[in-house]
Amino acid sequence: MNSIHTQNKHINLHALQEGLRDGIPIALGYLAVSFSLGIAAQAAGLTPFQGFLASITTNASAGEYACFMAISTGAAITELLLIMLITNGRYLLMSCSLSQKFSPGTPLRHRLLAAFAITDEIFGISIAIGGYLNPYYMYGAILIASPCWALGTVLGIVAGNILPLRAVSALSVALYGMFLAVIVPPARKEKIIGVLIVVSFVLSFASEHLPVVSSLSSGTRTIILTLVISAAAAVIRPVKLTEEEKSDEIQ
Amino acid sequence: MRYSNYIYIFIMAAVTYAIRALPLTLIRKPIKNRFLQSFLHYVPYVTLAVMTFPAILTATQSPVAGAAALAAGIAAAWLGAGLLPVAAICCGVVFVLELFLC
Repeated sequence: MNSIHTQNKHINLHALQEGLRDGIPIALGYLAVSFSLGIAAQAAGLTPFQGFLASITTNASAGEYACFMAISTGAAITELLLIMLITNGRYLLMSCSLSQKFSPGTPLRHRLLAAFAITDEIFGISIAIGGYLNPYYMYGAILIASPCWALGTVLGIVAGNILPLRAVSALSVALYGMFLAVIVPPARKEKIIGVLIVVSFVLSFASEHLPVVSSLSSGTRTIILTLVISAAAAVIRPVKLTEEEKSDEIQ
Repeated sequence: MRYSNYIYIFIMAAVTYAIRALPLTLIRKPIKNRFLQSFLHYVPYVTLAVMTFPAILTATQSPVAGAAALAAGIAAAWLGAGLLPVAAICCGVVFVLELFLC
């Protein structure tokens, strides 16, 4: 019993370290992105402490940005609720997806804690893990990423022009680079994923220019496109139930 | 009326957490339905792809630099580079290109 306990501790520590390591590029990207978020927070009348608090508790880029815009106009509570649901609705899908990535025996306390770490980027690196996901991996990533996210917000509020524009511009693609590192390698193994990536790029581009659709917020468009494209793919190419990996995992 | 910023901040955090936590805590068992299983298998790739393009083109000062970062990122990831190298390559491409473009 004791040795199993020690072994689990060792596995968890290892997952935590891996999460911290993979969280470094996320943290760097967050610093740059949340910097511009801080400028919006300052415009909304938030103090550096309030900006720090908002970012460390919410951890959402588009959602926070939209909220700061709403706060600056003195939004009603209902309006704020609606904005949060629309801009952060994609986390609901990610959370559903991650529920299948955890071992069914994962205790509730770990699910509650890990939920806090569901950001676009941490979700991205978490689904790239082979087999079941250890929640400690997510803890490692959020432990380094969230403070940087909050710190960047504070810096943006305190000194909106401390970083040269050139550096902000270069750092802002770090997040997209990580997304690519997550979605491209599986496309080599599963052709359908490559096809889906191309279809997603094309439809995402089109939706920014089509009438009606383009007037929706980018958060809403992300939700609609994700639902439509994934559902279509699930109908056209359902995953095989007898996948070797799946049966291995269940056993 | 305008509320205290702390009320706004609390609502932001509470609603976002609820959205993140509900499915993860309520769905405790493996989903057996083949459609849902397939759907959830594809969701991550689609959602990350949708968020990447065309947003990467407007994240940079010059859309050309953003496009070049996209191409370089795809190539590097295809060849097996990890998270940090791919992210660094994308940043490097933008930084160098914008020395000339901006």
